[in-house]
Amino acid sequence: MELLSGADMLIRSLEDEGIEYIYGYPGGAALHIYDALFRQDKVKHILVRHEQAAVHMADGYARATGKPGTVLVTSGPGATNTITGIATAFMDSIPMVVLCGQVASTLIGEDAFQETDMIGVSRPVVKHNLSVRHPSEIPEVIRKAYYIAATGRPGPVVVDIPKDMTTPNERYEYAYPKKVKLRSYNPAVRGHAGQIKKAVDMLMAARRPVIYAGGGVVLGRASQQLTELTRLLGFPITNTLMGIGCYPASDKQHLGWLGMHGTYEANMVMHHSDLILAVGARFDDRVTNATEKFCPGARIIHIDIDPASISKTIDADVPIVGPVDAVLKEMLSLVKEAKAKPDADALAAWWKQIEEWRAFHGMRYETSPEVIKPQEVIEMLCKLTNGEAFVTSDVGQHQMFAAQYYKFDKPNRWINSGGLGTMGFGLPAAMGVKLTHPDDEVLCITGEGSIQMNIQELSTCNQYNLPVKIINLNNQALGMVKQWQDMNYESRHSQSYMQSLPDFIKLAEAYGHVGIKIERKEDLEPKLREVLAMKDKLVFVDIYVDRFEHVYPMQVARGSMKDMWLSKTERV
Amino acid sequence: MRRIISVLLENEPGALSRVVGLFSQRNYNIETLTVAPTEDETLSRLTVTTTGSDKVIEQITKQLNKLIEVVKLVDLTEGAHIERELMLVKLKATGSQRAEIKRTVDIFRGQIVDVTSSVYTVQLAGDSEKLDGFIQAVGTSGVLEVVRSGVSGIARGEKVLSL
Repeated sequence: MELLSGADMLIRSLEDEGIEYIYGYPGGAALHIYDALFRQDKVKHILVRHEQAAVHMADGYARATGKPGTVLVTSGPGATNTITGIATAFMDSIPMVVLCGQVASTLIGEDAFQETDMIGVSRPVVKHNLSVRHPSEIPEVIRKAYYIAATGRPGPVVVDIPKDMTTPNERYEYAYPKKVKLRSYNPAVRGHAGQIKKAVDMLMAARRPVIYAGGGVVLGRASQQLTELTRLLGFPITNTLMGIGCYPASDKQHLGWLGMHGTYEANMVMHHSDLILAVGARFDDRVTNATEKFCPGARIIHIDIDPASISKTIDADVPIVGPVDAVLKEMLSLVKEAKAKPDADALAAWWKQIEEWRAFHGMRYETSPEVIKPQEVIEMLCKLTNGEAFVTSDVGQHQMFAAQYYKFDKPNRWINSGGLGTMGFGLPAAMGVKLTHPDDEVLCITGEGSIQMNIQELSTCNQYNLPVKIINLNNQALGMVKQWQDMNYESRHSQSYMQSLPDFIKLAEAYGHVGIKIERKEDLEPKLREVLAMKDKLVFVDIYVDRFEHVYPMQVARGSMKDMWLSKTERV
Repeated sequence: MRRIISVLLENEPGALSRVVGLFSQRNYNIETLTVAPTEDETLSRLTVTTTGSDKVIEQITKQLNKLIEVVKLVDLTEGAHIERELMLVKLKATGSQRAEIKRTVDIFRGQIVDVTSSVYTVQLAGDSEKLDGFIQAVGTSGVLEVVRSGVSGIARGEKVLSL
């Protein structure tokens, strides 16, 4: 057997785990590891400009590919800078392994230079964390970390590695474990057959059914099964912000997404339904609105890999714990065999009602002859990229517009921080996608507030040639904050203006990229075409949009699903 | 409602802080908490008493089960069970009080485990209500110091919590 140092074992373990890229930033406690990286060429390292961006890059990669991302940072500030990124991944159940240097084990607890209790600091925002206590444990710890991160309900795993675990002059036998078994961790591999049968009986008896799909369908790679089941049943389907793309948006059975800024028809259908089939969704407060008023006539079937997501906020009548793909597959075969069929007349009447709701509102906004509306920028981008781009977003109004007006027919293409709502996510996430999808169009839709939270990564894009397109919907304000202040604080715009904005064009140029400003409506299409034609350039597109636009529909606070503002003046 | 949740936990550093952290981060109550190794040195047994609605208790057990280091758990209050807590209490014991305290200790089936001319140290085991009852009986004015172990529990009959 080969003898390797802890640092070499770590890098070899990554290689044996099939890791191609890691994102990180060096520092004292991680230097043995960085030296081991230098002496090989299998695992490639991307040097970011801030550790938070490394985590979002790994996150973007994971969301686009379904595989765990990997981060390497040093102890102390290197590690604490990753926390927002880790919390972002945790809230959206993204598989990821974050390797953190630590001061030598002999110094732990002595307030040594760059010492932080990373195990303690990260504990509330990780699926699990592990500490290396002997160099020879490294292969097993790494195998465990990836196993835990990627199985069951995925999530981030932190590995804390004291410097003396990677010291170059101590060598141990290296073997990468093929399997890992944890007696206390056994995620479900199939759903309960009796519960699935019960659920299918309920589906067949429903008169006003709706399918409500979440991010779990994307993470669980179950889009195909979900699409097949939905079409077979002929039921309407809505999805959450995180579930976008799990069912083709262009399909007639699709109602758009639901919740706070969801479509009128999706929220109406949910509220008036008699049966909700929830698949890999968690009845988040941005979906349900006031829980006590939630869908009063509906019985609920809830499929989720995480038992703690079931009946957490809304009680399920039929809980099914299991991987969504396996459960849906079993449901499909039962539905195909079933003698009973859904009542065709009831379903036809339900669809008639749904079409009326669709005709009443649908997605719409007022256009203007002079000012560029943010929504039309998104619609234009969708048209020019045939709805096939990877779209990352930051957080705020632009995020909602992007989710509303870009029509995704495929999963893993809409990449946003839905749970934590992390500004600064979009650009590094786009970089993580572009690195492994060089031939695909990758758009980062952002605002002048969010983009400045990780703008330093323009430098990383230059170093590694990552020609993403940054679409800055510039409304010269923190738009979503301002919208809430308009609606709830009599337009007292406390700290929601972005004063002293930089010249983004010059800024992009300073980092070696192209900057383009769009101010006039007639320039929108030709200039965006020009931007998208620059395949090998990062282009920062600074688009001046209507400063007064609000995102609608918007659910009325503490109301039911169906209580919405449809514009500044219409409330239903 | 008050519940006693008994947990088998991997006997590893940091495992206990995950359990305690879970309670504080999700805003659950901990009334008492005890933890000690078991006959299997790889496992600790932890007993936590908590209060909450059925919905909250369901979430607590689910969230505890999600912790990687939690191997198994049971809500003892779902079935017949035995609950015990150990209390050591220092009581002012002078003059006529000495005989009175001795009688009360006997009634509660406790033991006086240390004596000075002015102080009795009493050991008492039982469920939490019994320990409360003893303090009430001797009166808080004579109590100099109290230390309670927190609740331990075990199911009645054949049921066992093991791997």
